[in-house]
Amino acid sequence: MSALALEVQGLTVRFALAGGRQRLLQAVTDVSFSVPRGETLGIVGESGSGKSTIARALLRLVPASAGTAWFRGVDLLALEREPLRAIREHLQIIFQDPLASLDPRMRVGQLIAEPLLEFRPRLDAEARRSLVLAMMERVGLLHSHLNRYPHEFSGGQAQRIGIARALVLEPELLVCDEPISALDVSIKSQIANLLKDLQAQLQLSLIFIAHDLAAVRFSCERVLVLYLGRVMEIAPRAALFSTPRHPYTRALLQSVPIPDPQRARARRDAPLGGEIPSPLAPPSGCVFRTRCPFAEARCAERVPELRTVGESLVACHRAGDAAIGL
Amino acid sequence: MSPAPLLCVRDLSVSYPSRAGTTRALDGVSLDLDPGEFLGIVGESGSGKTQLLLAMLGLNAQGAQLAGSIQYRGQQLLGASQRTLATLRGRRIGMIFQDPMTALNPYLTIGTQVTEGVRLHLGVGRRAARRRAIELLEAVQIPEPERRLAQHPHELSGGMRQRIVIAMALICEPEILLADEPTTALDVTVQAQILALLRELRIRTRAAIVLVTHDLGVIAAVADRVLVMYAGRVVEQAGVEQLFAAARHPYTIGLRRSIAELDGPLPERLLSIGGNPPNPAALPPGCAFAPRCAQAFERCQSAPPPLVSIAPGHTRACYFEGPLEMHSP
Repeated sequence: MSALALEVQGLTVRFALAGGRQRLLQAVTDVSFSVPRGETLGIVGESGSGKSTIARALLRLVPASAGTAWFRGVDLLALEREPLRAIREHLQIIFQDPLASLDPRMRVGQLIAEPLLEFRPRLDAEARRSLVLAMMERVGLLHSHLNRYPHEFSGGQAQRIGIARALVLEPELLVCDEPISALDVSIKSQIANLLKDLQAQLQLSLIFIAHDLAAVRFSCERVLVLYLGRVMEIAPRAALFSTPRHPYTRALLQSVPIPDPQRARARRDAPLGGEIPSPLAPPSGCVFRTRCPFAEARCAERVPELRTVGESLVACHRAGDAAIGL
Repeated sequence: MSPAPLLCVRDLSVSYPSRAGTTRALDGVSLDLDPGEFLGIVGESGSGKTQLLLAMLGLNAQGAQLAGSIQYRGQQLLGASQRTLATLRGRRIGMIFQDPMTALNPYLTIGTQVTEGVRLHLGVGRRAARRRAIELLEAVQIPEPERRLAQHPHELSGGMRQRIVIAMALICEPEILLADEPTTALDVTVQAQILALLRELRIRTRAAIVLVTHDLGVIAAVADRVLVMYAGRVVEQAGVEQLFAAARHPYTIGLRRSIAELDGPLPERLLSIGGNPPNPAALPPGCAFAPRCAQAFERCQSAPPPLVSIAPGHTRACYFEGPLEMHSP
């Protein structure tokens, strides 16, 4: 068995825009990464960075324009309809808004049983029920919740239902698209802990997509930083948070509010200026250069290749330059 | 002696009666807002923080029953005519909402929307209003302000739109600026820009700012004083340094400890508050936080604890007298 649960090479996603002249929007450009078995890879980036598009492309909810994604010995991006349906048993996703992703007319028990009906049709009702109840216990739902409807639950509880539904088949890889972003502060950490516990119990591999860097630090062994559809940096957790090598990674870390008034007000770094450019008109060369405090002439001319600096893979001409502390 | 407060809220309650029973969105909330002060209000969904802000503007949804008192410079706002409130809104009290796209009219140019306030409230002529708008856009650091006036909201990024909304709120030089989760819909780098802008504007305009958020990190960056709300009540109130260094309500402490950190030792598990936020339509008779509180004892089930002073400038609503750990062991 491969040590990697998932290996993605050169993933590119283009969308054709409607309108007179056909225009192409490149949402994801040449993204490569792998997820070691039993580990969690975090994908971070601001809105418009393409992180959800990567998730959707892996699940074939949007078509990839180029690239491969090896999972259980097959290329997810090349699978025909029937084998694709079959492999979904091992590849599941949970979404940001749990209530929007659960059919409001189905009861909790039905929602969690649905994947079993689809993929384990020969299971009898009794066995199905016991699997559903066992999974409900695992995610912290009560047996008495079985016949309730999603709208009767708070956001955190509804996310537990989404997790139970995704994990009842014991998949190999779970893609979590902003799983805790919409939850209340006091609930976020409950769900982050739950995902970590379940990962250990079920030997799950996880892709954890988020914009909350502190949550990513807690949940992920490796982190991929995305900007305008391109990989800026991939690094092990400790390296990324202690010695970020890409100016964008550093700016992201410096933007996170510090929950301590003295430290927050002692901060002297000016916030990163500007905003993420339109993917319809990406900057030449390095896509981050228009906001980068360290940009030079070459940054506009050549796209920086991903290269190794310290423990990171980083796409920046100036990474490793001691003069700018990167 | 401290100056007379701009805004005095006393024993404010907001409830929504329905066939299924009454939902109590706010219950006995009191606060003073001093001139120039930056007040942070923190709470989770259902805590009543937005209802409190809306009540100050007379904008609660239809069917809301309000009781208590809200005075602006001695003038009673509760039950005031729509006309009185409309004069205050925009002129004396500016507003910034969470989603700049819904706060802006997609059909009107930025110029029309930014100048509307001064033209309506101050009777400023077209050209003077335009000059004022350009000044304001410069103040909120929008590049090429003259060109922006002719643009429509969809032509601007999310961060630019929120800057426009802030400029609109400030154009009449209000004494009070109310901001409801003004950075929640923004990316983290843009949030940092907007928070820096609010800090700067506060010094320049001397407006008092009330900022409502669920994020203690945002509070730490900007507020002077903090109200912590839970289930429609204020559970703790203190100066920002005091609140972060020596919170005395189990909910505040739990909230602080729930925040994952970017540095320091990596915890095996995140600390969290167990259970779920209460249903505002079915609150318990005692302290609404008691079902989730490790310190809860018999008395907590009887009646909600009153807000009492425990140190200069520090109040809390909790019966527990023993020691509370701010930091995890």
